Amino acid sequence: MNQQIRLTINGTEHELEIPARRLLVDCLRYDLGLTGTKEGCSVGVCGACTVLIDGEMAASCITLAVAVDGAQITTIEGIAQDGRLHPVQQAFIDHGGFQCGICTPGQVMAAKALLDENPSPTEDEIKAWMMGNLCRCTGYYGILNSVAAAAASQGEGTR
Amino acid sequence: MNDFEFHSPSTLEEAFELLERYGDDARVMAGGTGVVLQMKQRLSQPGHVIGLRKVAGLSYIKPVAGNGAVEVGALVTHRTLENDPTVNQALPMVTATYRRVATPRIRSMATVGGGLVHGDPNEDPPPTLIALGATVVLTSASGRRDLPVEDLFIDFYETDVQPGEILTSITIPPQPAGSGWAYLKFLPRTADDYATVSVAAVVTPGEGGICGDVKIVLGAVGMTPVHATQAEDLLRGMALTQENIAACASAVKDVVDPLDDFRGSAGYKRDMAEVFTRRAIQQAIQQALENGQTV
Repeated sequence: MNQQIRLTINGTEHELEIPARRLLVDCLRYDLGLTGTKEGCSVGVCGACTVLIDGEMAASCITLAVAVDGAQITTIEGIAQDGRLHPVQQAFIDHGGFQCGICTPGQVMAAKALLDENPSPTEDEIKAWMMGNLCRCTGYYGILNSVAAAAASQGEGTR
Repeated sequence: MNDFEFHSPSTLEEAFELLERYGDDARVMAGGTGVVLQMKQRLSQPGHVIGLRKVAGLSYIKPVAGNGAVEVGALVTHRTLENDPTVNQALPMVTATYRRVATPRIRSMATVGGGLVHGDPNEDPPPTLIALGATVVLTSASGRRDLPVEDLFIDFYETDVQPGEILTSITIPPQPAGSGWAYLKFLPRTADDYATVSVAAVVTPGEGGICGDVKIVLGAVGMTPVHATQAEDLLRGMALTQENIAACASAVKDVVDPLDDFRGSAGYKRDMAEVFTRRAIQQAIQQALENGQTV
């Protein structure tokens, strides 16, 4: 059954008429063309589909779009500002945080959520947080280094 | 996923009306991490889904006046609970247990109430909540019913929540004075997995090295959490010696009923239930003694 919802995605309001069973990841990718968000495992485990819903990390593959009617959604397309990459994105480029790239949008969104909450995490805190984002290229040290570097660069920026 | 109609009530009363109208064809959803997965797998095919996200007044954490307990609204997420200073201060066992659930992303979505009514015997919080004697409030159009968490679980994914009822809050009593605790989660595969075996233990040492009280509840080794009362009886009132602890831990093998699956054979899980129960009791005693020394 089609239902009307309103989502604010990366600051832009969208009115959508979608089936109640539409998953948020499909709504983003197919209804709105925001294909940056990837679908990996489809069961909320791998982290590839990570977006922020009202600032909180969420798995868009197990989120019904109708269930988050009225929410603010942030996707990978929405974190660069004025043509400048987000510090986490820049750090992933500078420190080899990705190989094939399929997990990267989810990794970046998870890392952004971590730094929003904890601007200077320890290595153990980074590992505990990023444990829910799988990389099948197993590029975990590059990811760890990237997140640590992003934290450090954000710290410089605020000093 | 089957086609369905989604409802988004803003009050509990509206939710009760929807439950009355659609009966067995309705499914209540909180964070969605359980319900959506079951629907994707077609294990659940409701014609109506009642989302509670916009229902006001179910996201709170407050101390219960006078008795040191903490009351938690059903829509509080795992992340909110684990980061709450009141909970961490009064109930460090609860904080530690909720931090062991899945990943930070799932914990940001999943709610405390939704996790309980999901009725999955592999979940982390139920053993700890049962060990601490927590109760839930089930609310319906006709009133409220208080139920120990221990009595909530009936079978795999089946709870005592009756048609028309919604779990609205949970009340967790304070950890017993002088007690020590442990929540051990055996994870041979990955850090975000369900436990192969989990054990919640609370031990209150008495005078002269005697066990004043002990609670032992296991997860992932039966169709519901397993409260090992027979094992507790072997230790309560006895000297806290390694022999008595071993005898108590050994007794859990008689009450667990694990399944063979990719986390291990039933026999292996049964053996690990004993090992992890023994370690949990030892850790809880150690902690109680250390806390006693610092007071």
